[in-house]
Amino acid sequence: MRAFEYVSPTTKEQAVALLSSTWGETEILAGGTDLLALLKDDIVRPRRVVNIKEIAELRGISFSMPAGLRIGATVTLQELLDHPDIARHYPALVQAARGVTSPQIRNMGTVGGDLCQRPRCWYFRSGFGLLARDETGRSLVLEGDNRYHAILGNEGPAYFVNPSSLAPALIAYGARLRIFGPRGTREIPVERFFRIPKSEAEREYDLQPNEIVTEILVPPPSAGMVSATYEVRQREALDWPLATASVALVLEGQRVRSARVVLGHVAPIPWPSPEAERALLGKTVSEEVAQAAANAAVQRARSLGKNEYKIQLARVAVRRAIQQAVGGGARR
Amino acid sequence: MEKQRLKTGSLSRRDFLKVSGITLTVPLVVGPRVLKVAGAEVKVFGPGKVPMTFTINGKTYRAELEPRVTLLDALRNEFDLTGAKRVCDRGTCGACTVLLDGKPVYACSVLAIEAQGKAITTVEGLMQDGKLHPIQQAFIENDALQCGFCTPGFVVACKALLDRIPNPTPEDLVVGLGGNLCRCGTYVGIRAAIAQAARMQRGG
Amino acid sequence: MAERNAMEMAEYKWPEPERRRLIGKRISRVDGPEKVTGRAKYTYDVNRPGMLAGKVLRCPHAHARIVRLDTSAAEKMPGVKAVLPLKKVGDEILWAGDEVVAVAAVDEPTAEDAIRAIVVEYEKLPHFVLDTDPKAAGERVRPTAEQVEGDPDAAFREAEVVVEGLYGASLITHCCLEAHGAVVEWEGENNVLVHVSTQAVSGIAGQMAGPLGVPAGNIRVKQDHIGGGFGSKFGPDSWGIAAAQLSKMAGGRPVKIMLERDAELMVAGARPSYYGRVRVGAKRDGTVIAWESETWGTGGIPPTSPLPLPYVLRIPNQRKRHVAIVTNSGPARAWRAPLHPQACLLTMAALDDLAAALRMDPLDLLLKNIELAGERADVYREELQIAAELMEWKKRWHPRGDPSPGPVKRGLGVSIHTWPGRGHACRCDLTIHPDGSVEVKLGSQDLGTGTRTAIAIVVADTLGIPLEAVRVRIGDNQYPPAGGSGGSTTIGGVSSAARRAALDALDQLFARIAPLLNASPDQLEAWEGRIRVKEDPSRSIAWEQACARLDGMPLTVRGENPGPGELTTAGAAGVQMADVSVDIETGIVRINKMVAVQDCGLIINMKTAESQCYGAMIMGISYALYEEKIMDPATGRMLNPNMEFYKLAGLADIGELVVHMMTGEKYDRRGVIGLGEPPVISPGAAISNAVANAIGVRVPFLPLTPERVLEALAKKGGSHARV
Repeated sequence: MRAFEYVSPTTKEQAVALLSSTWGETEILAGGTDLLALLKDDIVRPRRVVNIKEIAELRGISFSMPAGLRIGATVTLQELLDHPDIARHYPALVQAARGVTSPQIRNMGTVGGDLCQRPRCWYFRSGFGLLARDETGRSLVLEGDNRYHAILGNEGPAYFVNPSSLAPALIAYGARLRIFGPRGTREIPVERFFRIPKSEAEREYDLQPNEIVTEILVPPPSAGMVSATYEVRQREALDWPLATASVALVLEGQRVRSARVVLGHVAPIPWPSPEAERALLGKTVSEEVAQAAANAAVQRARSLGKNEYKIQLARVAVRRAIQQAVGGGARR
Repeated sequence: MEKQRLKTGSLSRRDFLKVSGITLTVPLVVGPRVLKVAGAEVKVFGPGKVPMTFTINGKTYRAELEPRVTLLDALRNEFDLTGAKRVCDRGTCGACTVLLDGKPVYACSVLAIEAQGKAITTVEGLMQDGKLHPIQQAFIENDALQCGFCTPGFVVACKALLDRIPNPTPEDLVVGLGGNLCRCGTYVGIRAAIAQAARMQRGG
Repeated sequence: MAERNAMEMAEYKWPEPERRRLIGKRISRVDGPEKVTGRAKYTYDVNRPGMLAGKVLRCPHAHARIVRLDTSAAEKMPGVKAVLPLKKVGDEILWAGDEVVAVAAVDEPTAEDAIRAIVVEYEKLPHFVLDTDPKAAGERVRPTAEQVEGDPDAAFREAEVVVEGLYGASLITHCCLEAHGAVVEWEGENNVLVHVSTQAVSGIAGQMAGPLGVPAGNIRVKQDHIGGGFGSKFGPDSWGIAAAQLSKMAGGRPVKIMLERDAELMVAGARPSYYGRVRVGAKRDGTVIAWESETWGTGGIPPTSPLPLPYVLRIPNQRKRHVAIVTNSGPARAWRAPLHPQACLLTMAALDDLAAALRMDPLDLLLKNIELAGERADVYREELQIAAELMEWKKRWHPRGDPSPGPVKRGLGVSIHTWPGRGHACRCDLTIHPDGSVEVKLGSQDLGTGTRTAIAIVVADTLGIPLEAVRVRIGDNQYPPAGGSGGSTTIGGVSSAARRAALDALDQLFARIAPLLNASPDQLEAWEGRIRVKEDPSRSIAWEQACARLDGMPLTVRGENPGPGELTTAGAAGVQMADVSVDIETGIVRINKMVAVQDCGLIINMKTAESQCYGAMIMGISYALYEEKIMDPATGRMLNPNMEFYKLAGLADIGELVVHMMTGEKYDRRGVIGLGEPPVISPGAAISNAVANAIGVRVPFLPLTPERVLEALAKKGGSHARV
């Protein structure tokens, strides 16, 4: 780890003023579970680290009808899990957080940090950059071992998968992010927060270097909503999922009135699947309908050479998440 | 020597202004500088050594450390509290588990500077009045250890689990102990130790 | 004394069952309290006064030549005390992570800064890290001579059923939780103190003497505890020597170099990969008559040796070919039971496939051919029956392919294994103090197997005193030399030497006490804290009072192994069975249950013996399902030198484990046999067979990842793998 200076502001205004407007010069410290690894691996080399855990307004969870749910950015995954209203109204979120089977990570890791953590791509973590190119410009992902890389949204030049545990569920619930920066507060849907970088200069999310995520706002659950997250994970011990799916369906009687299906760990961004959603709309969920939606979700998937199996896993995740949401099917 | 160190590791005043674009109210000196930002004064620590104070197992410890030093390295290298181990050093294996304000965390992934003002409990602090904690006793009796390198982290993680859930189910163990790894393969003993400690704490 | 020894020769044996108060019982380890409280000090925990932090700059390329090396900036940095190039311009690097420069500085951050200030330029050279296909390896293959026994061609012609299969196990690493490393300091010009994480306390000084230019006798080696070795920690390693050299350069100040986790996984040892095509020929009744195998694999640069094939069962007609593939994958080292897990997989999987082709229960096939196991055939037969009962095999086994509906398929697998495990050369000094306390000193080490406890048990039981009265001192090369802990040789060596020492010490004590009790020395025995006359226990003296007769002088006796009386032998046999569930939609394998039935002769401590088996099964589950040193064809680097993607099984990944140790007169009379290796051999084969039984198709290679399981399913039946 290289030397840096450390500040711990107590307001978001201070925090933003302490952040550089250029990427790389400053880093935000929340839970630290990702940042410290990035520092140790020399992937980020900030001159200043800005701890945002002392900012009171970034904390806390509140829920009410009809306002919905507000989660402060530095709320930990464990605080999220322990909140009775979230457990009652947002099962897909709880299931996603439970998939992080390390209590240490859940106690440290924050909701904002979960959204802003950097990809686990082993080339990125070895210092080859977000786009994992060698000095001649060729993609190491395509030349090398891509067993954990993207099967969707992988037209290039980015092939990593988004590592967020919570984003698919948050997107399925239609959550929005509140972001604070030098020009004040802005709000965007979580879905639009993530993007596929086109060059090494771009980040994988819509955040300026001197902006911070302050809150996550989740709409109240609609009447008739059922939701679930299904993770395909090799180990029960702390392990990155190979594919996940979060679904939120609004049922009218037996029929699907609206559907959100979002895949995780399969693309450089959390991957909403309008194809799967269309396959569900107006239908009564049966095994065949769930299967059709699952097939639709991976219709555009393609292997990079060593990750074809992930197409199958993504399909299974979607089908099982749908079945879990409507109360049937296999639970992991 | 100290001065030279600071120079190599720190920002020059000009660099600093370029980074932050804000007013520097105090020149670069040893000790925390103060920046005036957003109408308030914010202390800037480092990048050189900073005096720090910790509360570990109920006692006060002081050291001068750079902000980049992790809590784990501070415990082990400054205070000779070597129970927490450095194994993966990337927040995966759990060998460095300590309690921060009662909650288990990976000490390798916490900066020492941010652990100030919190109650830090290490494996060395689990004995009460010279007596082993029930989970420690149960580890011994159920041979929940071999080489012992993961053991302190597991002991602390198990203690934290039992504090939260006095009678954990197998499902609780999946979510409650998924953050620690053992290479010798002591999990059968650890499961038995948790069951025994849970019984002991119930007074059984 | 010569007369006594002659008389007592016959007495060098283990006590009869009724005379064992501790041996074979469940004894908690004596160093448990230190370990659960964090007080136990490992090499990594050694903080010496004035200690410097050592760091190593490593080459990022798998194959390269150094064209420029400039350490001047690092040397000038404040706080940097020594910079030591380990390579020079022109040197060729043969694996990523190889050591280039070592530095010592006042603390770790400063040492890291110094490493970053060193400039090295490399000329990159072509690398090669692929090991699964010898045809793709070009000139990097190193064939070994074909081995033939009997007449394999005739036997295959005679065979009524022939099966052919592809099997293998990927390159894996040791992943010791305590990384390799040492803390070294000079005391004056000629004396060196070394704290080192090692499996061979008595063997380190001899390996450091040459490189350091001091007599081995001037090198003091210490280690209280070691955080795992598994075969990878027998030498000081280049970084241990570098720590010593840096210390000398820094005026003798202690220098600590412990490997970072990435280096630990990249360069501190790996278990070679082995793959093979195997043909087995049999008669229709299951009698196996012919074996043919072509194997290949890599352990980095030195060529891998042929496997002991066919494993355990000596099939009369065989032909074996092996081709080593030389790669830039990094160094291989002995990994718990070297060559055996791979040989076991290739053999037991092939026999399992033969059973499937014959529509036979593989358990019956093994029993049918068990005489091929030679002198242990009876033991295997007995163990297979016990394992079958514990697994309810006959009730639960089904032919290949679980016919039940739903995506989760269940299956059973079986495997058998063997390992020599005779005790190594070992000496110990046993001292009885006039206050009745007893000390045993030997230059051995406790890898977590419970060596300290086992020695204490043997001595306490022999002297008839409580365990707490015995203090075992190990981990110092100033104690009598003991062998390295490898190949399951430690328990046999230390227990035999300790037993002999204790028996001899007792004889000497008896000689002093006999007149007091109006008896001859040979009429005495030590029992429950007293020395008494065998025929008339009322004539006795308390242990402490007896020791007080030592005239204030401690009594020290040397015990050795080998020595008179056969206290340790070789040849452990074991059986394991696995019950797994496979989700055929995801390819994820979960362990429901495993059973280990194991013989290791006379058991010293049942509690730690069982722990060896539990631990070995868990390590086996890890390498069967998760572990792979993933080498990148593009960069030649290990892609997962961390514990995030180098996956170990966690507490919830292991299912229910059952251990049954073989005990009784038949096993006791063989003396003590090592147990570290045997139970880690079979899990891969048993789990692979269980998966094949569940899903109806062989997944050729370990680890059995979702990717490989789905691929095997797809090859089997196309649509089967698709949902």
